[in-house]
Amino acid sequence: MDLSLILFMILAAVAVLTAVGLLSSRNAIYAALFLVLNFATVAVFYLLLGAPFIAMVQVTVYAGAIMVLFLFVIMLLGAEKLPKGKVLPWQRPLAITLAAILVVEGGILLFQRLSLAATIPNPGAEVNSVKALQDLGNQLFSQYLLPFEVTSIVLLVAMIGVILLTKLEKGETQG
Amino acid sequence: MIPLSYYLALSAVLFSMGALGVLIKRNALIIFMSIELMLNAANLAFVALSRHFNILDGQIFVFFVIAVAAAEVAVGLALIVAIFRSKQTIDVDQLNSLKG
Repeated sequence: MDLSLILFMILAAVAVLTAVGLLSSRNAIYAALFLVLNFATVAVFYLLLGAPFIAMVQVTVYAGAIMVLFLFVIMLLGAEKLPKGKVLPWQRPLAITLAAILVVEGGILLFQRLSLAATIPNPGAEVNSVKALQDLGNQLFSQYLLPFEVTSIVLLVAMIGVILLTKLEKGETQG
Repeated sequence: MIPLSYYLALSAVLFSMGALGVLIKRNALIIFMSIELMLNAANLAFVALSRHFNILDGQIFVFFVIAVAAAEVAVGLALIVAIFRSKQTIDVDQLNSLKG
């Protein structure tokens, strides 16, 4: 058992446990902090997979910007805890059963189509070179230029939409 | 040397937990976080397969997914704020105005 496999096992345990924490916490702030930890572990997986650029984007955009936005809204609304309400008694067991079926289904489908022996080599020094980043940039700005430009329009539309949604109408008071 | 199947299994587990969160949670914010968890699980599978097949397309897709997720979070949170303004709650069980 080599070092990277041990690292993978520890990180996988952390990722799954933080996901369990997200699901089991009643307070939205704790849930958000568990999710930050989950994103951080996934960023380390990206490093293990030889994708340092994606790992850094994950840390800055996901764990940084998006989760700060989440925490902002949670604290702005002051709605981190919901009052206890009546819940459907059959909903939770049914949901857990369905999720278990989804895991099994996904697992079977994935393993049927892949050779189980395939291993991913540990990233060497070549993934940290400028050359690797250059290749990514070249492909992004040549083959994927149109999607890249469309992404900018998506972000613009989202920005306009958010401004429109949160703007108070004339005569409306802050609820 | 980590088997590719481990990454895919982890991705499947994380995705299912996100789906479970969407099904069992009542707090709209936590439902939204579960959706992020699912997106992240899909990204992990993308990068693992991109490494396996030794092509960069998977990483570029993850880049786009992250950009779209950022836009989605901004709009979604604005919607939640708007719902909170009119309903004073973000409990999805309370949003039953369409119920006959």
